[in-house]
Amino acid sequence: MDKGDEGYGEWEELVATALLGTERRRGGGSPEALLDAAAVHAVRRRAGLRPAEAGPRPDPAPRDPRPAPPEAAGRRLAQLLAGRSGPVNGGGRRGSAPDLTELLPQWLAAAARHGYRSPAALVPALLDAARARTDLRPQALALAGTRGLWLARMNPDWRFALRGGSGGAGELPAVTDRAAVERLWQEGLFAERVALLGAVRAHEAAAAPRLLTTTWATERAEDRLMFLDSLRVGLSGDDEPFLEAALGDRSRNVRSTAAELLSALPTSALAGRMAERALACVGPEGVTPPAECDAGMLRDGVVKRPPAGRGERAWWLGQLVEAAPLSCWRERFGGLGPAEIVALPVAVGDGWTEELHAAWCRAAVRQRDAPWSRALLGPASAPPAAGPGTASLAERAKLLETLPHAERAEWVAEFIRAHGLSEAFQLLGVCVVPWAGALGRAVVDALDTARDAGSYPWSFSGVMGLAERCLDPAEASRLEALTTAAEDLPDAAPGAAAYWAEAFQRLVSTLRLRATMLAELTPA
Amino acid sequence: MTDQGDRWTAEQVLDLAPDDASRKAGGRLGGAGPWLQIGGSASGSVWGLCKGSGSKPYRTVVDLTGPAYKCSCPSRKFPCKHALGLLLLWSAEGVGEPGEAPEWAAQWLADRAAKAARPPGGRTAPVDEEAARKRAERRAARVGAGVTELEQRLADLLRGGLAGQEQAGYAGWEETAARMVDAQAPGLAGRVRELGTIPSCGPGWPARMLEEAALLHLLDRAWLGVAGLPEELAATVRSRVGLPASGEGEAVRDRWLVLAQYDTVSPDGRLTTRRIWLRGSAGGRPALVLDFGPPGRPPGLALPVGLVLEAEMRFRPGSAGLRADLGERFAAAVPCAEVPAGVSTGAALEAYGAALREDPWLESWPVVLGPVVPIPGELGWQLADAEGTSALPVPLTGGGRSRGGLWQLAALSGGGPVTVFGECGHRGFTPLTAWQPGSTEPVALS
Repeated sequence: MDKGDEGYGEWEELVATALLGTERRRGGGSPEALLDAAAVHAVRRRAGLRPAEAGPRPDPAPRDPRPAPPEAAGRRLAQLLAGRSGPVNGGGRRGSAPDLTELLPQWLAAAARHGYRSPAALVPALLDAARARTDLRPQALALAGTRGLWLARMNPDWRFALRGGSGGAGELPAVTDRAAVERLWQEGLFAERVALLGAVRAHEAAAAPRLLTTTWATERAEDRLMFLDSLRVGLSGDDEPFLEAALGDRSRNVRSTAAELLSALPTSALAGRMAERALACVGPEGVTPPAECDAGMLRDGVVKRPPAGRGERAWWLGQLVEAAPLSCWRERFGGLGPAEIVALPVAVGDGWTEELHAAWCRAAVRQRDAPWSRALLGPASAPPAAGPGTASLAERAKLLETLPHAERAEWVAEFIRAHGLSEAFQLLGVCVVPWAGALGRAVVDALDTARDAGSYPWSFSGVMGLAERCLDPAEASRLEALTTAAEDLPDAAPGAAAYWAEAFQRLVSTLRLRATMLAELTPA
Repeated sequence: MTDQGDRWTAEQVLDLAPDDASRKAGGRLGGAGPWLQIGGSASGSVWGLCKGSGSKPYRTVVDLTGPAYKCSCPSRKFPCKHALGLLLLWSAEGVGEPGEAPEWAAQWLADRAAKAARPPGGRTAPVDEEAARKRAERRAARVGAGVTELEQRLADLLRGGLAGQEQAGYAGWEETAARMVDAQAPGLAGRVRELGTIPSCGPGWPARMLEEAALLHLLDRAWLGVAGLPEELAATVRSRVGLPASGEGEAVRDRWLVLAQYDTVSPDGRLTTRRIWLRGSAGGRPALVLDFGPPGRPPGLALPVGLVLEAEMRFRPGSAGLRADLGERFAAAVPCAEVPAGVSTGAALEAYGAALREDPWLESWPVVLGPVVPIPGELGWQLADAEGTSALPVPLTGGGRSRGGLWQLAALSGGGPVTVFGECGHRGFTPLTAWQPGSTEPVALS
């Protein structure tokens, strides 16, 4: 709004007089006269306001060709985003109503399967959610799409969206357009470059390292690390020369990541070198850890100094075995299979077994080797503390992830039937949602057993929460029978029956809500 | 009214929530899970039984024409989470074919219908005209004394100069405001408090302070000469000073589109003011309906944005004909099916300027602006005409909206033109509601 009307000079006079005071200003007149003049001026100014000159308009956001979700689904998303922050009912007992917060990741995943874009009005809330919860970030950014990136460029709070890995970057050039690819690689935002790298790799595996090499020397260390990390998905022999060169990188993190990726390629030269070293240490005759960490080992990413409390030689041994291809052991142990090798009492006397098994576990996870994982996990019904490979539930969960979905669910179901729920939490976390029938039934049966044992439901709130998110909605009707409050059993904690009824009721209503939610997302 | 086409959107339902906690709690009850015996009638009501933690389910009824709510739960919130949940369920899935209300719902609905049928203005309490006149005289005398005192205060301010105000602090003004409350002139008290905050508002404060002091002075002078003013302007002056409206205003029947609804809480947290902006579909007349809620309680009236209600609006005299009270309603509210036509930035300022002729103390005027392009900027936002080079600045704060609402507006526009409803005044344009291109559904900027 312009202040350029002719009375402005006079207004400045009035303000100057007002600042100084009519008493001290010569010819200031009375205060009333000053106020009268100022009042006329104020009303005249307000009544005569003109629009201002427009600043530069933002470039229009790129078009997002994906369809918007059906209306009901869009409203559901708004509701889920609105319920995102803050405790429910002041953080007390949750009652029988479902917790919407935990359904947001599922909504996002389902929307991604349908290939929807976010309703425009919800993009800011999505970006805020992605900022607050890194676990939601990739899917929230993918849904927000080009509109999200367009907004993020204008608001520093959302800069993370431009840095992050994936996340539906803008429109990428055709990977065959070499000049355009080259230009975006040189000038693009980090997110765009990561997306471009992915597209180029999908088209021609060998072209990605070529692209990386052109600018590698000038990239910042953290960017080099992120680029390397993005090679993890779809890693192939074509990446080996590049990774081998990265073993000599200035940054230690880059070096060790390159070594880790190479060791996940069983045919790589590095894997071969590590196999040679590992085989020299471990065999049917026993375990002899390396005596020193030589220059070759250092170059191949072995970390020389052990963390506090661990012996040097055990530390080096673990790293060698972890990085050696698992396929090398069959011959070394005279043709035995993984299960038989794991069962061998290797050098029990020297106490290396635990070290060796832990390294094999890490190798099985890194190389995604199902037969070895199976062998290291052992039977699900075996006592949790006596697993053949590892007693750690976190490591078991990682091993489970290398197994096919159905086998994973079956193994965890068997584990729950044998040991109950108290230790199953981490294992359930790696099972595919919705839980397979047998797994779901095992969880519900175990909850029912826990109720009969008379404990309070909040001892199982972790598993209850998971069940709300992961049980197949089709189980709702079967669960209905458990929602009626029974009389408290004689040995039960007081009031437990009513709390259980409430907990099961919440489970049922959440499952119903999930079913509705997924149905809403289905295109009409 | 339970017809599939006429259901409200979830946003419209959630707009009714008294607070955030209710919004969340209602959202969780918005699925079929906890509900039994849900149903609705053709005349615009829905009901249902909601399983709670107790043995007896809660009985929830909503009269959509109000909307008005009744629930057997002990919550003092209004509407309660059950009513919100029921409305959300109805909004998402409907409640099936219209049917007969169960007995527990029917009684309440019948009472409401009977009350609605009774003619308004049926208050027959005898009015002692003489006593009322005396009361009014006494009050006028007290206000007059307050006004005189305030004039003295303003004269002292200008005689000594504004320069000392930055150091003088707020306490002196708070004291003057308290004197105005004693003088039964709450309107003056509010303006005095505003005036006291200006010196701490940053660069340019002396000009702003002079402007506000001058307008306050203008109001004082107007009060002192109120007998000689034309009736409309006199009514404006009385309401600006803070006297209750006297006399019945003009009644206008139209189909009123709800353009915005937002709450502000007084600085001491004791009073929630709800502003509801409406516009007549046929007459195009704007209306501002205010409702108030005491501490911890939301205002009772809630009209979701985007609904159209056929009703009589009773306009209070003065104040540029904006203030209105919602009178009789003739049908259940229905969603609006079109985007209201917008005007250019220049026309928006002209409308504000014209309204100042009737009420020179008017801060802003309701305007549908469009098509305009929101321009985010680090120093400030603008709304620019889609064609041409004119723009209105957007005040950083205003309305019930946070900065988040501006980003919502930017997200809707994607750099392209949108239609926006908001308050256009001397500080700029405060956007409250926007329509995204290609959709008739309004988005309340939060």
